[in-house]
Amino acid sequence: MSYRKVSIWKTVDWLTILLYIIMVTAGWFSICGASYEYDSLGWFNPSGRPGSQLVWIGLSFVLIFVIMMLDSDFYNVFSYLIYAIIVLLLIATIFLAPDIKGSHSWLVLGPLRLQPAEFAKFATALSIAKLMSSYGFSLTKSRDLMLVLLLIFLPLLCILLQKEMGSALVFLAFLFVLYREGMTGYILLTGLCAMTFFVISMKYSDVTLGITPLGELIVLSITQALVIFLAYIMQNDNLLVKILLALTAGAVLVAYFLSLFIPINFVWIVIGTIAASSCYLIYLSIKQWVWHYMLVILFAILSISFLYSVDYVFDEMLKPHQQMRIKVTLGLENDPSGAGYNVNQSKIAIGSGGLMGKGFLNGTQTKLKYVPEQDTDFIFCTVGEEEGFLGASAVLILFAIFIIRLINLAEKQKTLFARVYGYGVASIFFFHLLINIGMVTGITPVIGIPLPFFSYGGSSLWGFTILLFIFLRLDASRKER
Amino acid sequence: MKTNRKYPLENRRYIIIGAVIATAVIFVIRLFYLQIIDNEYKTWADSNAFLKKTLYPSRGMIYDRSGRLLVYNQPAYDVMLIMREIQPFDTLDLCHTLNITKVQFDKRIADIKDRRQNPGYSSYVPQVFMNQLSAQDYGVLQEKLYKFPGFYIQNRTLREYEYPNAAHLLGNIGEVNKRDIENDNYYVQADYSGRSGVERSYENVLRGEKGVEILLRDAHGRTQGKYENGRHDVNPVSGKNITLSVDIDLQAYGEMLMQNKIGSIVMIEPSTGEILCMVSAPSFNPNTLVGRQRGRNHALLEKDPLKPLFDRTMMGAYPPGSTFKPAMGLIYLQEGVITEDTYYSCTFGYPVLGKPACHGHASPLSLIPALSTSCNSYFCWGLRDMIDSRRRYATVQEGLDTWKNHLVSMGYGYRLGVDLPGEKAGYIPNSKTYDKLYNGRWSSSTIISVAIGQGEVLATPLQICNMGAEIANRGYFYTPHIVRNIQDGEIDATYTGRRYSGIERSHYESIAEGMRAAVTGGTCRGAALPDIAVCGKTGTSENPHGKDHSVFMGFAPYEKPQVAISVLVEQAGFGATYAVPIAKLMLQKYFSGEIAPENKYIEDRIINTVIMPRNVL
Repeated sequence: MSYRKVSIWKTVDWLTILLYIIMVTAGWFSICGASYEYDSLGWFNPSGRPGSQLVWIGLSFVLIFVIMMLDSDFYNVFSYLIYAIIVLLLIATIFLAPDIKGSHSWLVLGPLRLQPAEFAKFATALSIAKLMSSYGFSLTKSRDLMLVLLLIFLPLLCILLQKEMGSALVFLAFLFVLYREGMTGYILLTGLCAMTFFVISMKYSDVTLGITPLGELIVLSITQALVIFLAYIMQNDNLLVKILLALTAGAVLVAYFLSLFIPINFVWIVIGTIAASSCYLIYLSIKQWVWHYMLVILFAILSISFLYSVDYVFDEMLKPHQQMRIKVTLGLENDPSGAGYNVNQSKIAIGSGGLMGKGFLNGTQTKLKYVPEQDTDFIFCTVGEEEGFLGASAVLILFAIFIIRLINLAEKQKTLFARVYGYGVASIFFFHLLINIGMVTGITPVIGIPLPFFSYGGSSLWGFTILLFIFLRLDASRKER
Repeated sequence: MKTNRKYPLENRRYIIIGAVIATAVIFVIRLFYLQIIDNEYKTWADSNAFLKKTLYPSRGMIYDRSGRLLVYNQPAYDVMLIMREIQPFDTLDLCHTLNITKVQFDKRIADIKDRRQNPGYSSYVPQVFMNQLSAQDYGVLQEKLYKFPGFYIQNRTLREYEYPNAAHLLGNIGEVNKRDIENDNYYVQADYSGRSGVERSYENVLRGEKGVEILLRDAHGRTQGKYENGRHDVNPVSGKNITLSVDIDLQAYGEMLMQNKIGSIVMIEPSTGEILCMVSAPSFNPNTLVGRQRGRNHALLEKDPLKPLFDRTMMGAYPPGSTFKPAMGLIYLQEGVITEDTYYSCTFGYPVLGKPACHGHASPLSLIPALSTSCNSYFCWGLRDMIDSRRRYATVQEGLDTWKNHLVSMGYGYRLGVDLPGEKAGYIPNSKTYDKLYNGRWSSSTIISVAIGQGEVLATPLQICNMGAEIANRGYFYTPHIVRNIQDGEIDATYTGRRYSGIERSHYESIAEGMRAAVTGGTCRGAALPDIAVCGKTGTSENPHGKDHSVFMGFAPYEKPQVAISVLVEQAGFGATYAVPIAKLMLQKYFSGEIAPENKYIEDRIINTVIMPRNVL
């Protein structure tokens, strides 16, 4: 037991708490907007959605009090135990949970429904913080890296088995933490490229510009841009970049001019520029004896082969109904009762908000129940429709400030445990923001995960509250000793 | 990106912060585009709203095994209303059109708004105002509908039954409840789904797929045509038709024989496991559970003390009585307890205990006469020799569990897995049951009545008939099933695989011979047919609540069997009195299609017999 010299409430980071209160309050008003009807039960009736969210919020403050009153060492000491309990709960959920609209992720206890997946986030963050702060741990040892990945992928797999793809993918956010702690950035870059390339080549697989397949063109252009970028950050050679840019621009201009007279498949032009750039880099690496350039070339080769193997596997090896299922899952196929229609409705709701919005409770698109899941995953529609561009941007800026604040707090930590945990918290919030707003505005595929503090639901609110306040508790103890 | 020393890890925070800022900026740009630059979304939302209209598919039809139509659809019309769109109108005119009073009208509106009764209520979403309008009322209302803004008509399909028979197995459809809606995205409030019988077990095949039509509406609620010329519309897909294995003539004949009696008849084709008829008496006309009178009639049937809604063929569990003896014989033979030539004595009862009692016949006797005369003692001796002797099993518990395992592989003790909802498992005790009951101290004498199908043993008439099919096949059965064919589909593979009991074929030959002897010169002479070699076993199932149940299990012909049958008449006394003649008539109907003139008097006698338990009448 450490002797506490200063009151916890004097050392805690009040700015973050203020941001939390603002977001929870704004979230509650959005839920009122999303579930409002002229003849509804009233906002404070606990059987309506605003009313029950109010109950969850009230109970969150009880949780916060408990978290703050516990000793900060408690979280360090019990992290593995908490993790083990939650993983067992996740496994039990796979078998015990009833089928609720295709998902097996809810534990039903009488009138109460709990989603253990929401609580797995803080438990996993605690356990990887504990592991990575243990003596002699290093991400460069493959055994240690495997252990961290095991801690991340175990809950991910359990949640996948509960048929909750969105909640499972959230655990990939911990890769940011690993990156901060020394994992090579190429893993993140490779993963990001693979996902982006896959989605783009699927999304535009049937679209052509003239005789140029659009999906391939976009992917190859990104590849060429990255080749130039990588070459630059490796050697900091301005001349090299200028040469490569000039080469690309020249090739595109010539090709564009020619395409006015004869049809040209731009894919071959881009592949040509990539090949030419590669040859130039090979020449340089031999001449200057800089083997790093070889990595860039490897990246180019892998990107191109990835693109064409995805196309090949998808078109030749999968049956049409399997292709369809993947496309619908990614939200790429416009299926009127499914994903495509929903995103369209969501865009209409946001788009109709305009600059100032229609005003609180005056939204019509969300009221008419055109937007699916309007008070859970698609809650941002209500913000967009009722509060307009100004309100929606404010919410985004609030989130950005909040996440950056968390990152800065994490950097200030004196213990490795607290820093890793802090990065875990920031990464989870960032991932949720990225996927949720991306989905609602039609940028990323439809993957249903909640918007922290805004989406309706006790489990998710409590999950995020615990996640955040354990970090604030750890941070408070930094100053008190 | 770099991992060299000049570039400390701490600086990686700027890359992560950069990614956060970049994401926020991209989203703000996207919002700017959606909300300020692009006016398309705004126009749609301001002047138009979507009306998603569900197009209901027609439900699959149901045919009998020879292709006769049993169940089809009739149109019905629900009056829907959207509260928010109602504008002042002539209430009396509407009431008049719909044949209701103003008081009823006000009450209905209040009920719709009452969230305790109607939890999913929303003033923006169509609510059912009145369901199942007749075609005439629909016609009148349709013409006046323009006067009542906010009211709509939704087409539905109801079921119509061609025959007044087979109510239990066909089942019926009714409105979905709250749980159905929560568990299956397909349903919305006021949808119909199969509630019982084939309608329920094949719901996913019969219901088809809903279509959707997306219409544009202006601010006044008038439809302005299709959204993007119907590019996003989906046509409904009709449900698939299914063909049952049931022969409706046989079913109807069985129901006629069972009138004014309580009980069941089940017939199975052993070579496929297809159920030919499944009569549960008392029954009801399936047409009474259609339409607006459904609720009232259902309540009446529920209250009836004879429980007509209860499908006795698979939900009723009875002591199988002597129909259990063939199974006992098989187990004893397989375990080497007896051979076909083992003789046991009988002194008008089981000599060891003096009970259960038995009737007069030669003594000692071997297996085949024991089956044909239905000797109780023989099978009691068998159980004693099997489980009390320590030569075979180390403990009496092990002996009984071996016994149970054989019965389970014959289809007793667990649900057979018929494709109808609500099947019961029956009951076969294991050693733990008796350890608990008798504190671990028991022997064959304690539990002797299970050897003759009494005591703790329970079986459904479907299981009893299935046993007949298994003996007919000399050692295996197919899981009994009621659906023979699904349009453009296949029936579940579990219904096409043989389930072997694990007992040798030669033992089945002995048992079949015994059952044949019971018809030629034993207890079920009354089931004999002139040109068909019927095999059978009577049973008298002791009933603690009243008179014994009369039971029969059999199959025919002896060689190359085509049908297995079980008949059970509750509280009718000896098996030979009612169950045997009913089985005879059913078999003759099955083989010849009609009843021979010399058997007409039996038919008349059965039809005119009333056997109702005293405590009901």
